Amino acid sequence: MLRLDAVTKTYRVGAFGGRTLTAVDGVSLDLVPGEVVSLIGESGSGKTTVGRMILGLTPVSGGSITLDGAPVRPGKDYYRQVQGVFQDPFSCYNPIFKVDRVLQMIREEYFPGTAGAQWEEKVAESLEAVRLAPALVLGKYPHQLSGGQLQRLLIARALLLGPRFLVADEITSMLDASTRIDVLNLLADLKSRGLGVLFVTHDLSLGNYVSERAVVLHRGRVVESGPTGLVFGNPLHPYTARLLDSVPRLTARWDGVPQEPVPDTPEPSVLVEAEPGHFVRRVPAPELRSVS
Amino acid sequence: MALRVNDLRVHYRTLKGEVKALDGVTFEVGDGEILGLAGESGCGKTTLGKSLIRMDGRMRHAGGTAELDGAELPIGDDRAMDRFRFREVSIIPQYAMSAMNPTRKIGRMVDELLRARGAEPDGAELRRRLDLVELPHTVLERYPIELSGGMKQRMVMVISTLLDPSLLIADEITSALDVSTQKAVARTLTEFRERGFVRSMVFITHDISLTYQIADTIMVMYAGKLAEKAPADTIVTRPRHPYTRLLISSLPEVGVRYSDRRLSGIPGSPPALLDPPAGCRFRDRCPLAFDRCAEEPPAVEVAPGHHVSCWRS
Ligand SMILES: Nc1ncnc2c1ncn2[C@@H]1O[C@H](COP(=O)(O)OP(=O)(O)OP(=O)(O)O)[C@@H](O)[C@H]1O
Ligand SMILES: Nc1ncnc2c1ncn2[C@@H]1O[C@H](COP(=O)(O)OP(=O)(O)OP(=O)(O)O)[C@@H](O)[C@H]1O
Ligand code: SF4
Ligand SMILES: [Mg+2]
Ligand SMILES: [Mg+2]
Repeated sequence: MLRLDAVTKTYRVGAFGGRTLTAVDGVSLDLVPGEVVSLIGESGSGKTTVGRMILGLTPVSGGSITLDGAPVRPGKDYYRQVQGVFQDPFSCYNPIFKVDRVLQMIREEYFPGTAGAQWEEKVAESLEAVRLAPALVLGKYPHQLSGGQLQRLLIARALLLGPRFLVADEITSMLDASTRIDVLNLLADLKSRGLGVLFVTHDLSLGNYVSERAVVLHRGRVVESGPTGLVFGNPLHPYTARLLDSVPRLTARWDGVPQEPVPDTPEPSVLVEAEPGHFVRRVPAPELRSVS
Repeated sequence: MALRVNDLRVHYRTLKGEVKALDGVTFEVGDGEILGLAGESGCGKTTLGKSLIRMDGRMRHAGGTAELDGAELPIGDDRAMDRFRFREVSIIPQYAMSAMNPTRKIGRMVDELLRARGAEPDGAELRRRLDLVELPHTVLERYPIELSGGMKQRMVMVISTLLDPSLLIADEITSALDVSTQKAVARTLTEFRERGFVRSMVFITHDISLTYQIADTIMVMYAGKLAEKAPADTIVTRPRHPYTRLLISSLPEVGVRYSDRRLSGIPGSPPALLDPPAGCRFRDRCPLAFDRCAEEPPAVEVAPGHHVSCWRS
């Protein structure tokens, strides 16, 4: 199990790093094999930062991340088990190397003993899984491929390692509806074979489609979490309700009413279990407040 | 007509031959119109957008024309196009900020950019526009890496429209944003149009539900060609092209339980554009294909403003 326990991240920002910004604030969540958890939240709410911390790309400022009870130590061993695909496919490639190189690097690092033919089969399989024809992408430079093609190649790369956990940060953001469904169905297949996925998405309809549980982040803090059906079907926090409200639908156009910002939950606030498994951030009732 | 594109062909030169990414596309965008451009990954949307502003070195203008406000755009002539960029036509590229100089503060970057265009930076106007997209003025003092995806995207929107271009091409600018920011950004685009910061717009996205919210017209491309173009409502409620229909039916919705039900994509993949087969390019995947489809279907106006390239329409 991959566990985040009260994880916090602060950045120094501004001229000479004079101010601090709390990007992630006491986030706890568990990722278990065979389950997809969607991490939902507005831009800047800290989703990518959570993913980057899980992958050891940026250190945590507080709290802990553990894999099967042991503190995370980024390195080959860890990356065999935990892989990430990040939001911006263009910046993940070195423009002067052909894209094969990202796959080749995986081979050198992780599969030095694998014979050529066997390797090629493996590559073909993972490309197939994301619906990319090998001939279309192999031997090309990153600029020769479209955004969606690069995005799928990154997914294929992560899958090559056969990880137990996958952080998927907006991995379908540049795919058309039909390819997107294929990728989601692929995640669902991998899930049934035991993969645990942290599915970072802004698209609630996708989260609704693939995930068992949903965690909603607002300004770095979890404001609601629980089984996807409950969180989406019966949103308890005003922020979640707002997100559901903003989902573009084919059945109706947005009305003309401008959106008011959702106010911060007043302090002190805690996550309260409102119904079994369904947590929402609230100011606790007075009798509880004296306890915490 | 703000933009009139006629039989435009733009290919990529590669060692193996030319990739026919845009292969004879004809359409118009009216004054004040927002055209939503949708279609499968790799169908040529970005290529179309880029051809109207800056072709990269591997692109070749293989034929056709594009006219903006009555003047023909010197497509493919990088120097001659310079006169039009930013002032007449501007683009917000797919993942704009990742291409930007990470060592420059944003304010300085804006300054340099404007000066390079021979325009005087107008601080007051810049701040007014930051307010409009709800960015604090302090972003100007920050580096690109310090902003989240949504903040970057709004920043780029402001930068690329500072000189009030006639046509704005927005390439997947909301695809990395959460729904409420997406809504805010999409609305800002319409607001930019209402305020005259831009006149017309080509809004590229794979997200049809989002396009439907702001576009007047939607154009669906498939493998370098136009499949269907119609008023937004028509595309969504009465699509005629089999590809458009399948695309619309593969959209998941919130509020629906999918526990044991799966949606399906469109089986197969689009043809390679290096050497595309003759006839309708959707033929291999089309459930309605018949003999005639071995011949290329012309785009036909089946109702006013509704163009479809399909023998069955
Ligand atoms: N390297 C950095 N230095 C300073 N601040 C940063 C850095 N990276 C992120 N931040 C800040 O941390 C906060 C969270 O950013 P993060 O990228 O995690 O958001 P996000 O939820 O992924 O947003 P988006 O949906 O836009 O991708 C933002 O306010 C951002 O400005
Ligand atoms: N420099 C290049 N050399 C060769 N082929 C290229 C080059 N750039 C793009 N292509 C090919 O041209 C086709 C169209 O690419 P384009 O980027 O326009 O697609 P798109 O519709 O924007 O896709 P996406 O939705 O994934 O961004 C793709 O099949 C792509 O592989
Ligand atoms: S022309 Fe034929 S193959 Fe093409 S979309 Fe129409 S019916 Fe299908
Ligand atoms: Mg992010
Ligand atoms: Mg594109």
